[in-house]
Amino acid sequence: MHAVEAYSLSRVFKAKQGTITALNKANLEINYGETLGLLGANGAGKTTFIKILSTLLLPSEGSASVYGFDVVKDAKQVRKVINLVSGGETPGYGILTVKENLWFFSQLYGLSSNVAKERIDKLMQDMELEEYADTRMHKLSTGFKQRLNLARGFINEPKVLFLDEPTLGLDVINAKHIRKYVKYWVRSDRTRAVLLTTHYMAEAEEICDRVAIIYNGSIVTCETPQALKASLAKDTSVEIEVRSSSVLKLELEGLLGSSIDNNGDGVTKMRVVLDDESRIPELISLLTEKGCKIISINTSEPSLEDVYMKYVGRGINTDEHNK
Amino acid sequence: MSITSEAVNHGRVIYARAYVRMKGLLREPHWSIAEVIIPMLSISAYIYMYQVLNAPNEFLGFVIVGGAMLSFWSNVLWGMSSQFYWEKETGTLGLYLIAPISRMAVLVGMALGGMINTTIRALSILFIGIILFPINLVIGDVYALAIIFTLTVIALYGMGILFASLFLLYGREATHIADLLQEPIYLLSGMYYPVLGSRFFPLAIKFLASAIPLTLGIDGMRQLLILGGDFNSVILHIIGLVILSSVLLPFAHFALQKMENVSKREGRLTLRWQ
Repeated sequence: MHAVEAYSLSRVFKAKQGTITALNKANLEINYGETLGLLGANGAGKTTFIKILSTLLLPSEGSASVYGFDVVKDAKQVRKVINLVSGGETPGYGILTVKENLWFFSQLYGLSSNVAKERIDKLMQDMELEEYADTRMHKLSTGFKQRLNLARGFINEPKVLFLDEPTLGLDVINAKHIRKYVKYWVRSDRTRAVLLTTHYMAEAEEICDRVAIIYNGSIVTCETPQALKASLAKDTSVEIEVRSSSVLKLELEGLLGSSIDNNGDGVTKMRVVLDDESRIPELISLLTEKGCKIISINTSEPSLEDVYMKYVGRGINTDEHNK
Repeated sequence: MSITSEAVNHGRVIYARAYVRMKGLLREPHWSIAEVIIPMLSISAYIYMYQVLNAPNEFLGFVIVGGAMLSFWSNVLWGMSSQFYWEKETGTLGLYLIAPISRMAVLVGMALGGMINTTIRALSILFIGIILFPINLVIGDVYALAIIFTLTVIALYGMGILFASLFLLYGREATHIADLLQEPIYLLSGMYYPVLGSRFFPLAIKFLASAIPLTLGIDGMRQLLILGGDFNSVILHIIGLVILSSVLLPFAHFALQKMENVSKREGRLTLRWQ
Protein backbone atom coordinates (compact mmCIF):
# COMPACT_ATOMS: atom_id res chain seq x y z
CA MET A 1 0.00 0.00 0.00
CA HIS A 2 1.12 3.55 -0.72
CA ALA A 3 0.52 6.79 1.16
CA VAL A 4 -1.39 8.09 -1.85
CA GLU A 5 -2.85 6.08 -4.69
CA ALA A 6 -4.74 7.39 -7.69
CA TYR A 7 -5.90 5.23 -10.55
CA SER A 8 -7.51 6.38 -13.79
CA LEU A 9 -8.47 9.59 -12.05
CA SER A 10 -10.46 11.92 -14.30
CA ARG A 11 -12.24 15.17 -13.75
CA VAL A 12 -14.44 16.90 -16.29
CA PHE A 13 -15.88 20.36 -15.74
CA LYS A 14 -18.97 21.61 -17.49
CA ALA A 15 -18.41 24.92 -19.22
CA LYS A 16 -20.56 27.15 -21.40
CA GLN A 17 -18.65 26.01 -24.49
CA GLY A 18 -18.92 22.31 -23.63
CA THR A 19 -16.73 20.35 -21.26
CA ILE A 20 -13.19 20.83 -19.99
CA THR A 21 -11.15 17.77 -19.11
CA ALA A 22 -8.89 18.90 -16.27
CA LEU A 23 -7.69 15.39 -15.39
CA ASN A 24 -7.56 12.53 -17.82
CA LYS A 25 -7.09 9.01 -16.42
CA ALA A 26 -4.20 10.06 -14.23
CA ASN A 27 -2.33 7.34 -12.31
CA LEU A 28 0.00 8.08 -9.43
CA GLU A 29 1.39 6.37 -6.35
CA ILE A 30 3.26 8.12 -3.56
CA ASN A 31 5.33 6.02 -1.17
CA TYR A 32 5.59 6.56 2.57
CA GLY A 33 8.49 8.84 3.41
CA GLU A 34 8.50 10.28 -0.08
CA THR A 35 8.17 13.77 -1.51
CA LEU A 36 6.66 13.56 -4.95
CA GLY A 37 6.72 16.57 -7.22
CA LEU A 38 3.95 17.12 -9.73
CA LEU A 39 5.43 19.24 -12.45
CA GLY A 40 3.31 20.97 -15.04
CA ALA A 41 2.35 24.29 -16.55
CA ASN A 42 -0.70 26.28 -15.43
CA GLY A 43 -3.86 24.42 -16.40
CA ALA A 44 -2.11 21.07 -16.67
CA GLY A 45 -4.31 19.60 -13.92
CA LYS A 46 -2.03 19.86 -10.86
CA THR A 47 -4.44 21.76 -8.63
CA THR A 48 -7.43 19.66 -9.70
CA PHE A 49 -5.44 16.58 -8.72
CA ILE A 50 -4.69 18.00 -5.28
CA LYS A 51 -8.28 19.17 -4.77
CA ILE A 52 -9.59 15.67 -5.40
CA LEU A 53 -7.04 14.12 -3.04
CA SER A 54 -7.85 16.67 -0.35
CA THR A 55 -11.63 15.98 -0.65
CA LEU A 56 -12.49 19.42 -2.01
CA LEU A 57 -13.64 18.05 -5.33
CA LEU A 58 -15.21 14.80 -6.49
CA PRO A 59 -13.60 12.90 -9.34
CA SER A 60 -15.66 12.27 -12.45
CA GLU A 61 -14.08 8.83 -12.85
CA GLY A 62 -11.42 6.65 -11.29
CA SER A 63 -10.41 6.12 -7.69
CA ALA A 64 -8.03 7.65 -5.19
CA SER A 65 -7.05 6.95 -1.63
CA VAL A 66 -4.95 8.74 0.95
CA TYR A 67 -3.37 6.73 3.75
CA GLY A 68 -5.67 3.87 2.83
CA PHE A 69 -8.86 5.95 2.97
CA ASP A 70 -10.97 6.45 -0.12
CA VAL A 71 -11.25 10.17 -0.92
CA VAL A 72 -14.95 9.89 -1.78
CA LYS A 73 -16.29 7.28 0.64
CA ASP A 74 -14.05 8.03 3.64
CA ALA A 75 -13.65 11.79 3.18
CA LYS A 76 -13.83 12.47 6.93
CA GLN A 77 -11.04 9.97 7.67
CA VAL A 78 -8.93 11.46 4.88
CA ARG A 79 -9.35 14.95 6.39
CA LYS A 80 -7.91 13.74 9.70
CA VAL A 81 -4.61 12.73 8.14
CA ILE A 82 -4.05 15.48 5.59
CA ASN A 83 -3.41 19.17 5.30
CA LEU A 84 -3.08 21.48 2.35
CA VAL A 85 -0.94 24.56 1.86
CA SER A 86 -1.41 26.62 -1.27
CA GLY A 87 0.83 29.42 -2.42
CA GLY A 88 -0.54 32.96 -2.48
CA GLU A 89 -3.44 32.22 -0.13
CA THR A 90 -4.48 33.99 3.04
CA PRO A 91 -3.75 31.71 5.99
CA GLY A 92 -6.64 32.80 8.19
CA TYR A 93 -7.97 36.09 9.45
CA GLY A 94 -6.10 39.37 9.07
CA ILE A 95 -7.55 40.72 12.30
CA LEU A 96 -5.99 37.89 14.34
CA THR A 97 -2.33 37.70 15.30
CA VAL A 98 -0.01 34.96 14.08
CA LYS A 99 -0.42 33.05 17.34
CA GLU A 100 -4.20 33.47 17.38
CA ASN A 101 -4.50 32.26 13.80
CA LEU A 102 -2.55 29.12 14.62
CA TRP A 103 -4.67 28.58 17.71
CA PHE A 104 -7.80 29.04 15.60
CA PHE A 105 -6.75 26.32 13.16
CA SER A 106 -5.64 24.04 16.00
CA GLN A 107 -9.25 24.12 17.22
CA LEU A 108 -10.48 22.88 13.85
CA TYR A 109 -8.43 19.75 14.52
CA GLY A 110 -9.68 19.30 18.07
CA LEU A 111 -6.37 20.06 19.82
CA SER A 112 -6.59 20.67 23.56
CA SER A 113 -5.21 23.97 24.88
CA ASN A 114 -1.98 22.43 26.18
CA VAL A 115 -1.21 20.44 23.05
CA ALA A 116 -2.11 23.42 20.86
CA LYS A 117 0.14 25.79 22.82
CA GLU A 118 3.09 23.43 22.68
CA ARG A 119 2.67 22.81 18.97
CA ILE A 120 2.16 26.49 18.13
CA ASP A 121 5.34 27.46 20.00
CA LYS A 122 7.31 24.77 18.19
CA LEU A 123 5.94 25.73 14.77
CA MET A 124 6.59 29.43 15.34
CA GLN A 125 10.14 28.55 16.26
CA ASP A 126 10.57 26.32 13.20
CA MET A 127 9.17 28.95 10.86
CA GLU A 128 11.09 31.75 12.60
CA LEU A 129 7.82 33.51 13.36
CA GLU A 130 8.39 34.10 17.09
CA GLU A 131 9.17 37.76 16.57
CA TYR A 132 5.79 38.18 14.87
CA ALA A 133 3.76 36.06 17.31
CA ASP A 134 1.62 39.01 18.36
CA THR A 135 1.55 40.75 15.00
CA ARG A 136 -1.75 40.79 13.19
CA MET A 137 -1.65 38.70 10.06
CA HIS A 138 -2.59 41.52 7.70
CA LYS A 139 0.59 43.34 8.72
CA LEU A 140 2.88 40.48 7.68
CA SER A 141 4.90 40.48 4.47
CA THR A 142 3.99 37.95 1.75
CA GLY A 143 6.90 35.73 2.74
CA PHE A 144 5.96 35.61 6.41
CA LYS A 145 2.29 35.10 5.56
CA GLN A 146 3.34 32.04 3.63
CA ARG A 147 5.48 30.85 6.54
CA LEU A 148 2.39 31.17 8.71
CA ASN A 149 0.42 29.29 6.08
CA LEU A 150 2.96 26.50 6.18
CA ALA A 151 2.90 26.42 9.99
CA ARG A 152 -0.89 26.09 9.73
CA GLY A 153 -0.39 23.14 7.42
CA PHE A 154 1.58 21.31 10.10
CA ILE A 155 -0.75 22.15 13.00
CA ASN A 156 -2.54 18.77 12.93
CA GLU A 157 0.70 16.83 12.32
CA PRO A 158 -0.65 15.46 9.04
CA LYS A 159 0.49 12.19 7.58
CA VAL A 160 0.14 13.43 4.03
CA LEU A 161 0.80 17.06 3.19
CA PHE A 162 -0.33 18.60 -0.07
CA LEU A 163 1.67 21.61 -1.15
CA ASP A 164 0.18 23.49 -4.08
CA GLU A 165 2.84 25.86 -5.43
CA PRO A 166 3.93 26.75 -1.88
CA THR A 167 6.67 29.15 -2.91
CA LEU A 168 4.66 31.03 -5.52
CA GLY A 169 5.74 34.66 -5.63
CA LEU A 170 8.18 34.36 -2.73
CA ASP A 171 11.67 35.83 -2.53
CA VAL A 172 14.67 33.51 -2.53
CA ILE A 173 15.17 33.51 1.25
CA ASN A 174 11.57 32.65 2.13
CA ALA A 175 11.32 30.06 -0.65
CA LYS A 176 14.56 28.44 0.51
CA HIS A 177 13.37 28.34 4.11
CA ILE A 178 10.13 26.65 3.12
CA ARG A 179 11.87 24.06 0.93
CA LYS A 180 14.37 23.27 3.64
CA TYR A 181 11.68 22.75 6.24
CA VAL A 182 9.52 20.53 4.01
CA LYS A 183 12.56 18.39 3.20
CA TYR A 184 13.40 18.03 6.89
CA TRP A 185 9.80 17.33 7.88
CA VAL A 186 9.22 14.42 5.54
CA ARG A 187 12.62 12.88 6.21
CA SER A 188 12.24 13.03 9.99
CA ASP A 189 9.36 10.54 9.93
CA ARG A 190 9.14 7.91 7.21
CA THR A 191 5.39 7.44 7.72
CA ARG A 192 4.78 10.85 6.19
CA ALA A 193 4.46 11.85 2.55
CA VAL A 194 4.33 15.08 0.57
CA LEU A 195 2.77 15.85 -2.78
CA LEU A 196 4.18 19.08 -4.12
CA THR A 197 2.88 20.78 -7.22
CA THR A 198 5.17 23.28 -8.82
CA HIS A 199 6.28 24.70 -12.08
CA TYR A 200 9.69 25.59 -10.68
CA MET A 201 12.13 23.00 -12.01
CA ALA A 202 14.77 23.82 -9.40
CA GLU A 203 12.26 23.33 -6.60
CA ALA A 204 11.24 19.91 -7.88
CA GLU A 205 14.86 18.90 -8.32
CA GLU A 206 15.87 20.14 -4.88
CA ILE A 207 13.28 18.51 -2.66
CA CYS A 208 11.51 15.75 -4.56
CA ASP A 209 12.41 12.08 -4.39
CA ARG A 210 10.41 11.50 -7.56
CA VAL A 211 8.96 13.83 -10.13
CA ALA A 212 5.79 13.24 -12.14
CA ILE A 213 5.15 15.33 -15.22
CA ILE A 214 1.53 16.21 -15.85
CA TYR A 215 0.40 17.46 -19.21
CA ASN A 216 -3.17 18.00 -20.39
CA GLY A 217 -4.47 16.20 -17.32
CA SER A 218 -2.40 13.04 -17.79
CA ILE A 219 0.71 11.88 -15.96
CA VAL A 220 3.20 11.36 -18.75
CA THR A 221 6.10 10.10 -16.64
CA CYS A 222 7.08 9.58 -13.00
CA GLU A 223 10.68 8.91 -11.99
CA THR A 224 13.47 10.15 -9.76
CA PRO A 225 15.01 13.40 -11.05
CA GLN A 226 18.24 11.47 -11.65
CA ALA A 227 16.49 8.76 -13.68
CA LEU A 228 14.60 11.34 -15.67
CA LYS A 229 17.80 13.17 -16.52
CA ALA A 230 19.57 9.89 -17.23
CA SER A 231 16.92 9.15 -19.84
CA LEU A 232 18.44 12.05 -21.74
CA ALA A 233 22.04 10.99 -21.02
CA LYS A 234 22.88 10.62 -24.69
CA ASP A 235 21.24 13.92 -25.49
CA THR A 236 22.76 17.35 -25.46
CA SER A 237 21.08 20.43 -24.22
CA VAL A 238 21.93 23.45 -26.36
CA GLU A 239 21.28 27.00 -25.26
CA ILE A 240 21.19 29.46 -28.14
CA GLU A 241 20.81 33.20 -28.20
CA VAL A 242 19.59 34.53 -31.52
CA ARG A 243 18.43 37.84 -32.87
CA SER A 244 15.12 37.25 -34.66
CA SER A 245 11.71 38.76 -35.26
CA SER A 246 8.79 37.63 -33.12
CA VAL A 247 7.18 35.92 -36.14
CA LEU A 248 10.34 33.93 -36.69
CA LYS A 249 10.45 33.08 -33.01
CA LEU A 250 7.12 31.28 -33.26
CA GLU A 251 8.30 29.45 -36.35
CA LEU A 252 11.45 28.29 -34.57
CA GLU A 253 9.43 27.12 -31.63
CA GLY A 254 7.48 24.82 -33.92
CA LEU A 255 10.52 23.63 -35.77
CA LEU A 256 12.74 22.86 -32.85
CA GLY A 257 10.33 22.05 -30.07
CA SER A 258 12.36 24.38 -27.95
CA SER A 259 11.86 26.18 -24.68
CA ILE A 260 11.82 29.96 -24.97
CA ASP A 261 13.27 31.42 -21.82
CA ASN A 262 12.99 35.10 -22.58
CA ASN A 263 12.57 37.49 -25.41
CA GLY A 264 13.67 41.07 -25.04
CA ASP A 265 15.14 43.64 -27.42
CA GLY A 266 14.69 41.21 -30.32
CA VAL A 267 16.95 38.65 -28.62
CA THR A 268 15.49 35.20 -28.17
CA LYS A 269 17.04 32.75 -25.76
CA MET A 270 16.20 29.15 -26.60
CA ARG A 271 16.92 25.75 -25.22
CA VAL A 272 16.95 22.77 -27.54
CA VAL A 273 17.60 19.11 -26.77
CA LEU A 274 19.49 17.27 -29.51
CA ASP A 275 19.85 13.50 -29.54
CA ASP A 276 23.41 13.85 -30.82
CA GLU A 277 25.98 16.60 -30.33
CA SER A 278 27.04 16.19 -33.96
CA ARG A 279 23.71 17.75 -34.98
CA ILE A 280 24.77 21.18 -33.72
CA PRO A 281 26.07 22.30 -37.17
CA GLU A 282 22.73 21.19 -38.62
CA LEU A 283 20.96 23.37 -36.06
CA ILE A 284 23.19 26.34 -36.87
CA SER A 285 22.50 26.09 -40.60
CA LEU A 286 18.76 25.78 -39.93
CA LEU A 287 18.79 28.95 -37.87
CA THR A 288 20.92 30.79 -40.41
CA GLU A 289 18.57 29.73 -43.23
CA LYS A 290 15.68 31.20 -41.23
CA GLY A 291 17.50 34.51 -41.11
CA CYS A 292 18.55 34.38 -37.45
CA LYS A 293 21.69 36.05 -36.29
CA ILE A 294 23.30 33.70 -33.78
CA ILE A 295 24.72 35.55 -30.78
CA SER A 296 25.90 32.60 -28.68
CA ILE A 297 25.68 28.81 -28.39
CA ASN A 298 26.37 26.80 -25.23
CA THR A 299 25.98 23.11 -24.52
CA SER A 300 25.20 21.62 -21.12
CA GLU A 301 24.07 18.44 -19.35
CA PRO A 302 20.31 17.83 -19.72
CA SER A 303 18.24 19.31 -16.90
CA LEU A 304 14.72 18.59 -15.64
CA GLU A 305 13.53 21.36 -17.96
CA ASP A 306 14.91 19.32 -20.87
CA VAL A 307 13.12 16.22 -19.59
CA TYR A 308 9.88 18.20 -19.49
CA MET A 309 10.52 19.32 -23.08
CA LYS A 310 11.08 15.75 -24.17
CA TYR A 311 7.79 14.49 -22.75
CA VAL A 312 5.61 17.50 -23.44
CA GLY A 313 7.16 18.69 -26.68
CA ARG A 314 7.85 22.21 -25.42
CA GLY A 315 9.25 23.98 -22.41
CA ILE A 316 7.25 24.66 -19.24
CA ASN A 317 7.88 28.38 -19.68
CA THR A 318 6.68 28.20 -23.27
CA ASP A 319 3.43 26.80 -21.89
CA GLU A 320 3.25 29.66 -19.42
CA HIS A 321 3.81 32.27 -22.15
CA ASN A 322 1.13 30.74 -24.32
CA LYS A 323 -1.50 30.73 -21.57
CA MET B 1 -14.79 8.82 18.38
CA SER B 2 -17.22 8.97 21.30
CA ILE B 3 -20.21 11.28 21.29
CA THR B 4 -18.67 13.26 24.17
CA SER B 5 -15.36 13.91 22.44
CA GLU B 6 -17.20 14.78 19.23
CA ALA B 7 -19.33 17.26 21.17
CA VAL B 8 -16.17 18.74 22.73
CA ASN B 9 -14.64 19.13 19.27
CA HIS B 10 -17.79 20.83 17.96
CA GLY B 11 -17.62 23.13 20.98
CA ARG B 12 -14.01 24.02 20.17
CA VAL B 13 -14.91 24.90 16.59
CA ILE B 14 -17.91 26.98 17.69
CA TYR B 15 -15.84 28.87 20.25
CA ALA B 16 -12.93 29.43 17.85
CA ARG B 17 -15.17 30.82 15.11
CA ALA B 18 -17.08 33.01 17.55
CA TYR B 19 -13.74 34.24 18.94
CA VAL B 20 -12.77 35.63 15.51
CA ARG B 21 -15.97 37.67 15.43
CA MET B 22 -15.57 38.96 18.97
CA LYS B 23 -11.92 39.88 18.42
CA GLY B 24 -13.03 41.82 15.36
CA LEU B 25 -15.32 43.93 17.55
CA LEU B 26 -12.58 44.62 20.09
CA ARG B 27 -9.83 45.33 17.59
CA GLU B 28 -11.83 47.50 15.21
CA PRO B 29 -14.29 49.31 17.51
CA HIS B 30 -14.68 52.19 15.04
CA TRP B 31 -16.74 49.87 12.82
CA SER B 32 -19.14 49.16 15.65
CA ILE B 33 -19.40 52.83 16.51
CA ALA B 34 -20.30 53.54 12.87
CA GLU B 35 -22.82 50.70 12.92
CA VAL B 36 -24.55 52.37 15.88
CA ILE B 37 -24.37 55.96 14.65
CA ILE B 38 -25.56 55.34 11.08
CA PRO B 39 -28.80 53.53 12.05
CA MET B 40 -29.39 56.27 14.64
CA LEU B 41 -29.59 58.78 11.78
CA SER B 42 -32.47 57.01 10.03
CA ILE B 43 -34.11 56.27 13.39
CA SER B 44 -33.94 60.01 14.19
CA ALA B 45 -35.45 60.89 10.81
CA TYR B 46 -38.48 58.63 11.45
CA ILE B 47 -38.88 59.92 14.99
CA TYR B 48 -38.89 63.56 13.82
CA MET B 49 -41.40 62.64 11.15
CA TYR B 50 -43.74 61.05 13.71
CA GLN B 51 -43.28 64.06 15.99
CA VAL B 52 -44.16 66.46 13.14
CA LEU B 53 -47.28 64.39 12.42
CA ASN B 54 -48.20 64.42 16.11
CA ALA B 55 -48.25 60.62 16.17
CA PRO B 56 -48.82 58.89 19.52
CA ASN B 57 -45.69 58.71 21.68
CA GLU B 58 -45.61 54.90 21.35
CA PHE B 59 -44.57 55.30 17.73
CA LEU B 60 -41.25 56.78 18.83
CA GLY B 61 -40.64 53.66 20.86
CA PHE B 62 -41.66 51.46 17.92
CA VAL B 63 -38.98 53.12 15.79
CA ILE B 64 -36.26 52.65 18.40
CA VAL B 65 -37.08 48.95 18.95
CA GLY B 66 -37.34 48.36 15.19
CA GLY B 67 -34.05 50.15 14.52
CA ALA B 68 -32.26 48.18 17.24
CA MET B 69 -33.57 44.84 16.00
CA LEU B 70 -32.68 45.71 12.45
CA SER B 71 -29.00 45.41 13.37
CA PHE B 72 -29.61 41.66 13.59
CA TRP B 73 -30.99 41.52 10.10
CA SER B 74 -27.98 43.43 8.68
CA ASN B 75 -25.66 41.06 10.52
CA VAL B 76 -27.52 37.96 9.30
CA LEU B 77 -27.47 39.22 5.73
CA TRP B 78 -23.94 40.56 5.47
CA GLY B 79 -22.14 38.84 8.31
CA MET B 80 -23.66 35.37 7.97
CA SER B 81 -25.23 34.72 4.59
CA SER B 82 -22.46 36.20 2.48
CA GLN B 83 -19.68 35.08 4.80
CA PHE B 84 -18.96 31.67 3.21
CA TYR B 85 -18.81 33.39 -0.15
CA TRP B 86 -16.20 35.87 1.13
CA GLU B 87 -14.31 33.08 2.81
CA LYS B 88 -14.22 31.26 -0.50
CA GLU B 89 -12.74 34.37 -2.09
CA THR B 90 -9.96 34.60 0.51
CA GLY B 91 -9.26 30.87 0.48
CA THR B 92 -10.32 30.28 4.10
CA LEU B 93 -13.36 28.24 3.07
CA GLY B 94 -11.10 25.57 1.59
CA LEU B 95 -9.28 25.33 4.91
CA TYR B 96 -12.55 24.65 6.71
CA LEU B 97 -13.54 22.07 4.17
CA ILE B 98 -10.35 20.04 4.43
CA ALA B 99 -10.63 19.95 8.23
CA PRO B 100 -12.46 17.02 9.89
CA ILE B 101 -15.15 19.24 11.36
CA SER B 102 -18.85 19.84 11.10
CA ARG B 103 -19.56 22.75 8.78
CA MET B 104 -22.62 23.44 10.90
CA ALA B 105 -20.33 24.03 13.90
CA VAL B 106 -18.47 26.69 11.90
CA LEU B 107 -21.72 28.44 11.04
CA VAL B 108 -23.03 28.16 14.59
CA GLY B 109 -19.79 29.72 15.83
CA MET B 110 -20.12 32.48 13.27
CA ALA B 111 -23.73 33.02 14.37
CA LEU B 112 -22.82 33.04 18.07
CA GLY B 113 -20.09 35.64 17.55
CA GLY B 114 -22.47 37.69 15.41
CA MET B 115 -25.22 37.45 18.02
CA ILE B 116 -22.96 38.70 20.81
CA ASN B 117 -21.57 41.59 18.75
CA THR B 118 -24.96 42.58 17.41
CA THR B 119 -26.65 42.38 20.80
CA ILE B 120 -24.11 44.92 22.08
CA ARG B 121 -24.83 47.09 19.05
CA ALA B 122 -28.63 46.76 19.42
CA LEU B 123 -28.47 47.58 23.13
CA SER B 124 -26.35 50.64 22.33
CA ILE B 125 -28.97 51.83 19.82
CA LEU B 126 -31.72 51.25 22.37
CA PHE B 127 -29.77 53.06 25.08
CA ILE B 128 -28.92 56.09 22.92
CA GLY B 129 -32.52 56.21 21.67
CA ILE B 130 -33.87 56.30 25.22
CA ILE B 131 -31.48 59.10 26.15
CA LEU B 132 -32.14 61.22 23.05
CA PHE B 133 -35.90 60.86 22.70
CA PRO B 134 -38.84 60.94 25.10
CA ILE B 135 -39.58 57.23 25.18
CA ASN B 136 -41.34 55.47 27.96
CA LEU B 137 -40.27 51.82 28.27
CA VAL B 138 -42.65 49.57 30.21
CA ILE B 139 -41.20 46.14 30.77
CA GLY B 140 -44.14 44.13 31.96
CA ASP B 141 -42.82 40.60 31.60
CA VAL B 142 -39.06 40.16 31.57
CA TYR B 143 -39.26 36.41 30.94
CA ALA B 144 -41.53 36.80 27.94
CA LEU B 145 -39.18 39.47 26.64
CA ALA B 146 -36.18 37.15 27.05
CA ILE B 147 -38.06 34.31 25.31
CA ILE B 148 -39.15 36.49 22.39
CA PHE B 149 -35.66 37.94 21.96
CA THR B 150 -33.90 34.56 22.15
CA LEU B 151 -36.31 32.87 19.76
CA THR B 152 -36.09 35.76 17.29
CA VAL B 153 -32.30 35.61 17.28
CA ILE B 154 -32.25 31.80 16.92
CA ALA B 155 -34.74 31.87 14.05
CA LEU B 156 -32.93 34.77 12.36
CA TYR B 157 -29.54 33.08 12.53
CA GLY B 158 -31.13 29.82 11.38
CA MET B 159 -32.21 31.79 8.34
CA GLY B 160 -28.64 33.13 8.07
CA ILE B 161 -27.22 29.59 8.07
CA LEU B 162 -29.71 28.59 5.39
CA PHE B 163 -28.78 31.59 3.25
CA ALA B 164 -25.07 30.88 3.76
CA SER B 165 -25.58 27.48 2.11
CA LEU B 166 -27.55 28.96 -0.76
CA PHE B 167 -25.07 31.77 -1.28
CA LEU B 168 -22.26 29.23 -1.35
CA LEU B 169 -23.92 27.65 -4.33
CA TYR B 170 -24.72 30.88 -6.10
CA GLY B 171 -21.24 32.28 -5.64
CA ARG B 172 -20.67 35.80 -6.83
CA GLU B 173 -24.39 36.40 -7.27
CA ALA B 174 -24.62 36.29 -3.49
CA THR B 175 -24.13 40.00 -3.01
CA HIS B 176 -26.91 40.76 -5.47
CA ILE B 177 -29.25 38.39 -3.63
CA ALA B 178 -28.35 40.09 -0.35
CA ASP B 179 -29.07 43.47 -1.92
CA LEU B 180 -32.39 42.23 -3.25
CA LEU B 181 -33.42 40.88 0.13
CA GLN B 182 -32.57 44.01 2.09
CA GLU B 183 -35.34 46.46 1.12
CA PRO B 184 -38.29 43.97 0.98
CA ILE B 185 -37.39 42.84 4.49
CA TYR B 186 -37.26 46.47 5.65
CA LEU B 187 -40.75 46.92 4.26
CA LEU B 188 -42.33 43.69 5.50
CA SER B 189 -40.74 43.46 8.92
CA GLY B 190 -42.23 46.78 9.99
CA MET B 191 -38.93 48.23 10.99
CA TYR B 192 -40.25 51.74 11.67
CA TYR B 193 -44.00 51.09 11.83
CA PRO B 194 -46.32 48.32 13.04
CA VAL B 195 -47.18 45.72 10.42
CA LEU B 196 -49.10 42.97 12.20
CA GLY B 197 -51.45 45.33 14.04
CA SER B 198 -51.85 47.71 11.14
CA ARG B 199 -55.11 48.13 9.20
CA PHE B 200 -53.22 49.21 6.07
CA PHE B 201 -51.69 45.81 5.28
CA PRO B 202 -53.91 43.04 3.85
CA LEU B 203 -54.07 39.76 5.76
CA ALA B 204 -52.07 37.93 3.07
CA ILE B 205 -49.20 40.40 3.45
CA LYS B 206 -49.32 40.07 7.24
CA PHE B 207 -49.18 36.29 6.90
CA LEU B 208 -46.24 36.52 4.50
CA ALA B 209 -44.50 38.99 6.81
CA SER B 210 -44.93 36.55 9.71
CA ALA B 211 -42.68 34.08 7.92
CA ILE B 212 -39.84 36.54 8.61
CA PRO B 213 -38.60 36.03 12.19
CA LEU B 214 -37.76 39.72 12.40
CA THR B 215 -41.42 40.74 11.95
CA LEU B 216 -42.64 38.55 14.81
CA GLY B 217 -39.64 39.53 16.94
CA ILE B 218 -40.04 43.28 16.46
CA ASP B 219 -43.79 43.16 16.99
CA GLY B 220 -43.51 40.97 20.08
CA MET B 221 -40.85 43.17 21.62
CA ARG B 222 -42.88 46.29 20.93
CA GLN B 223 -45.82 44.67 22.73
CA LEU B 224 -43.64 43.91 25.74
CA LEU B 225 -41.41 46.98 25.81
CA ILE B 226 -43.65 49.80 24.69
CA LEU B 227 -47.29 48.71 25.10
CA GLY B 228 -46.79 46.99 28.47
CA GLY B 229 -48.05 43.60 27.26
CA ASP B 230 -47.52 40.32 29.10
CA PHE B 231 -46.83 36.71 28.12
CA ASN B 232 -50.43 36.19 26.89
CA SER B 233 -50.21 39.11 24.51
CA VAL B 234 -47.23 37.54 22.72
CA ILE B 235 -48.20 33.88 22.84
CA LEU B 236 -48.88 33.80 19.08
CA HIS B 237 -45.53 35.47 18.44
CA ILE B 238 -43.80 32.81 20.53
CA ILE B 239 -45.59 29.97 18.74
CA GLY B 240 -44.69 31.50 15.37
CA LEU B 241 -41.05 31.89 16.34
CA VAL B 242 -40.85 28.34 17.73
CA ILE B 243 -42.24 27.02 14.43
CA LEU B 244 -39.83 29.14 12.41
CA SER B 245 -36.83 28.05 14.52
CA SER B 246 -37.73 24.39 14.35
CA VAL B 247 -38.18 24.57 10.58
CA LEU B 248 -35.29 26.85 9.69
CA LEU B 249 -32.51 25.16 11.68
CA PRO B 250 -33.02 21.58 10.41
CA PHE B 251 -33.65 22.90 6.92
CA ALA B 252 -30.43 24.93 7.14
CA HIS B 253 -28.54 21.78 8.20
CA PHE B 254 -30.01 19.80 5.33
CA ALA B 255 -29.33 22.61 2.84
CA LEU B 256 -25.73 22.90 4.00
CA GLN B 257 -25.05 19.23 3.34
CA LYS B 258 -26.87 19.31 0.04
CA MET B 259 -25.06 22.42 -1.13
CA GLU B 260 -21.68 21.04 -0.14
CA ASN B 261 -22.30 17.88 -2.17
CA VAL B 262 -23.55 19.79 -5.19
CA SER B 263 -20.65 22.23 -4.95
CA LYS B 264 -18.10 19.41 -4.69
CA ARG B 265 -19.65 17.68 -7.66
CA GLU B 266 -19.70 20.83 -9.77
CA GLY B 267 -16.44 22.29 -8.49
CA ARG B 268 -18.05 25.39 -7.02
CA LEU B 269 -16.48 25.18 -3.59
CA THR B 270 -13.10 26.52 -4.45
CA LEU B 271 -13.29 27.99 -7.92
CA ARG B 272 -13.15 31.70 -7.19
CA TRP B 273 -14.58 32.86 -10.46
CA GLN B 274 -17.87 31.11 -9.77
